[in-house]
Amino acid sequence: MSNQNWPLFEVFIRSKNGLSHKHVGSLHAADAPMAIENARDVYCRRNEGVSIWVVPSTQIVASDPEDAEALYEPAKDKIYRHPTFYTVPDEVGHM
Amino acid sequence: METTTLEHRFNQKIEREEKIEPKDWMPDDYRKNNIRQISQHAHSEIVGMLPEANWITRAPSLRRKVALLAKVQDEAGHGLYLYSAAETLGAGRDEMIDDLHSGKAKYSSIFNYPTTTWADIGAIGWLVDGAAITNQVALCRTSYGPYARAMVKICKEESFHQRQGYEIMCAMAFGTPEQKAMAQDALNRWWWPSLMMFGPTDSDSVHSQKSMDWKIKRYSNDELRQEFVDKTVAQAEYLGLTIPDPDLKYNEETGHYTFGEIDWKEFYQVISGNGPCNKERIEARRKAHEDGAWVREAANAFAQKRANQQVA
Ligand SMILES: [Fe+2]
Ligand SMILES: [Fe+2]
Ligand SMILES: [Fe+2]
Repeated sequence: MSNQNWPLFEVFIRSKNGLSHKHVGSLHAADAPMAIENARDVYCRRNEGVSIWVVPSTQIVASDPEDAEALYEPAKDKIYRHPTFYTVPDEVGHM
Repeated sequence: METTTLEHRFNQKIEREEKIEPKDWMPDDYRKNNIRQISQHAHSEIVGMLPEANWITRAPSLRRKVALLAKVQDEAGHGLYLYSAAETLGAGRDEMIDDLHSGKAKYSSIFNYPTTTWADIGAIGWLVDGAAITNQVALCRTSYGPYARAMVKICKEESFHQRQGYEIMCAMAFGTPEQKAMAQDALNRWWWPSLMMFGPTDSDSVHSQKSMDWKIKRYSNDELRQEFVDKTVAQAEYLGLTIPDPDLKYNEETGHYTFGEIDWKEFYQVISGNGPCNKERIEARRKAHEDGAWVREAANAFAQKRANQQVA
């Protein structure tokens, strides 16, 4: 099998305990354990991380950019979800 | 690796203020303690929707109605973040929900009090969310990573909850004499239960010492309660309302307010199921879950249909 057919994996790195894993890129590998090894070699060469997640790219379900308006517009005019919408006098301290 | 070595490493991490993450080795009791605390916290967010939902359809203006709706929606989200954090420790979502519905699991005693007037919605945002924020800001530094991250997200959202509550209190306290009387009445009823939200006094707190050693809790119940009292007194004074505690006074030496004895008998009665609304709350949760069964079934059927279409 040529590496042309190796599946693509998305790579997520946790830079230190306490922080979430963050997407850093992707790579091809024959299987998941190899994807972790390769991610270590490619993405963690300068102490970038303490934990790696790899996910087969085909397993990522992404929203359609075409749907952006329907998905995100409705939140725009709901300013009452933000603290600044409410008036609180300075005298009573931070809230 | 031997358990003693693992435990030693774990303790060193805690010592160094390093967070514990789901795949890290942890003592069984650390896991259990976190599951108990996080799931109780999740249940509180969920049950906490009920007393306020009671007023959504009767909010006095559209402004108040959208605010209350948005707040109650947030609380549902907070429940979700927390259940998910508990699941990273191996707790099952269905089991947690079952434990809430069977009465096995606990949730914050505060939500077992009734909301009898609109002023209660102001008092809840101001005092109940205020107390929750005091507790939750401290928990942003808890030692279990997923719990700490959930707390950071929740705290960002909570600020508006307290502000909308205080805005209601201002409107009423500076309104007609009748409105002011309603605001005072709400403060009278919610003050002491809000202080009880921080849990038993330190000397009687069963889970506290271990939780403090493991840095699950960063401050004791009494420390957090004191912090809440200290910042809330001036807010009541601004409103021209009286906190229902004749023993409340400022101590020049310590820089803190001293306050009267909490009625712990009441606290333990409410916690053990005998508060004014315990039965009603659990029944409402159960009913919502049962009434929602057809929605879950329909969602499954629809997912199945979509899967079949993709195969075809
Ligand atoms: Fe909340
Ligand atoms: Fe909360
Ligand atoms: Fe809240």
